[in-house]
Amino acid sequence: MSVDNDYKDIPGTYVFDAEQSRNGYHLNMFCMALRHEKNRTAFKADEEKFLDAYPMTQAQRQAVLDRQWNEMLALGGNVYYTSKLAACDGINFQQLAAKMTGMELDDYRAMMVAGGRPIEGNRRKADWQNKETN
Amino acid sequence: MAKIVAGVGMSHVPAIGVAIDSGNTDDEYWTPLFAGFEKSKQWINDQNPDVIIVVYNDHATAFSLELIPTFAIGCAAEYDIADEGWGARPVPRVVGHPELAWHMAQSLVLDEFDMTIVNNMEVDHGLTVPLSLMFDQPQEWPCPVVPICVNVVQFPPPTGNRCFNLGKAIRRAVESFDKDLKVVIFGTGGMSHQLQAERAGLINSQFDNDFLDMMANDPKKAAAIPHVDYLREAGSEGIELVMWHVMRGAIDEDAKEIHRHYHVPASNTAVGHIILENKK
Repeated sequence: MSVDNDYKDIPGTYVFDAEQSRNGYHLNMFCMALRHEKNRTAFKADEEKFLDAYPMTQAQRQAVLDRQWNEMLALGGNVYYTSKLAACDGINFQQLAAKMTGMELDDYRAMMVAGGRPIEGNRRKADWQNKETN
Repeated sequence: MAKIVAGVGMSHVPAIGVAIDSGNTDDEYWTPLFAGFEKSKQWINDQNPDVIIVVYNDHATAFSLELIPTFAIGCAAEYDIADEGWGARPVPRVVGHPELAWHMAQSLVLDEFDMTIVNNMEVDHGLTVPLSLMFDQPQEWPCPVVPICVNVVQFPPPTGNRCFNLGKAIRRAVESFDKDLKVVIFGTGGMSHQLQAERAGLINSQFDNDFLDMMANDPKKAAAIPHVDYLREAGSEGIELVMWHVMRGAIDEDAKEIHRHYHVPASNTAVGHIILENKK
């Protein structure tokens, strides 16, 4: 049966589908290695050298080195993997989420305590375009 | 005969584990969340199950992109606690029930659910946080666990309906085990949350509460929710909720609601919880 891409119009979201997974394999497997303390130590000691073992694209490699969290996702990263790079940097899930939204941590945390980002106005890409033009 | 007597749905947010492990459960931020599990701890203590089946997802821990089983069953004697990137949680090792698990694996495959059989697997917060919420901080977990892993990281996960039917097959498997065991099944994950990109922090309490209502009263309707509705309405990681259908399929359609709890937030996530007991 055919696979529907009906999720493509959700704003600010990368669904980790087949295409993303194909593109992001080596990026994600690099992140996976950071699950082990010895690899975290080796990566911290020499990031470039550690990355040489993972044949990712130059753009993916640069996104890792620059810690461009959304760019990693755009290039096939999955957040359960990239969060291991964040953890290696001492960044927890809430801090990482704040960074990806472009919010200050205190503001992000306050938004969550107040009930989170509302669904109204965040369902479709068109909702965000309307917001920008208003 | 072994028998599933009840199902429990609950979130498995890693920050909950951190709060328990760091002794922060009495903080103002966490009190309302943990208050909703007081009754649950008493309930599970009274139930005193012989085995718990925990339906959860691995978060790039035991399984990576090298191997992505849609459904897997743990048949090991014990499971180590995983280092997920910041050290292993200080909780007891999880003891398995290989005899029941192997029986279930055989029964499920012959029942046309082609399970991946796992004999060596570290378990992450997806499995251990639910145990902590229900059992607190014991020296040893009070009973063995059969882990059932569902892929929800690589899209697409199995459909809600497939998960619901897996639950029914799990029930048939348990009920054909020839030892008297009292079994409780946990369906974990969710509720609404998005951990990634610019829309991170999304919460949809209307969706969540409707889902809890359907868990109680209309499980078939819940099982028919299409993937795109989870992604759009409950956030990209809210799709973990498909795992609750496995639990729901494994108990009676008219199971009785014993307890319910909903709280926002735990870190980035809405926390939902329900206890459903078979009437007989």
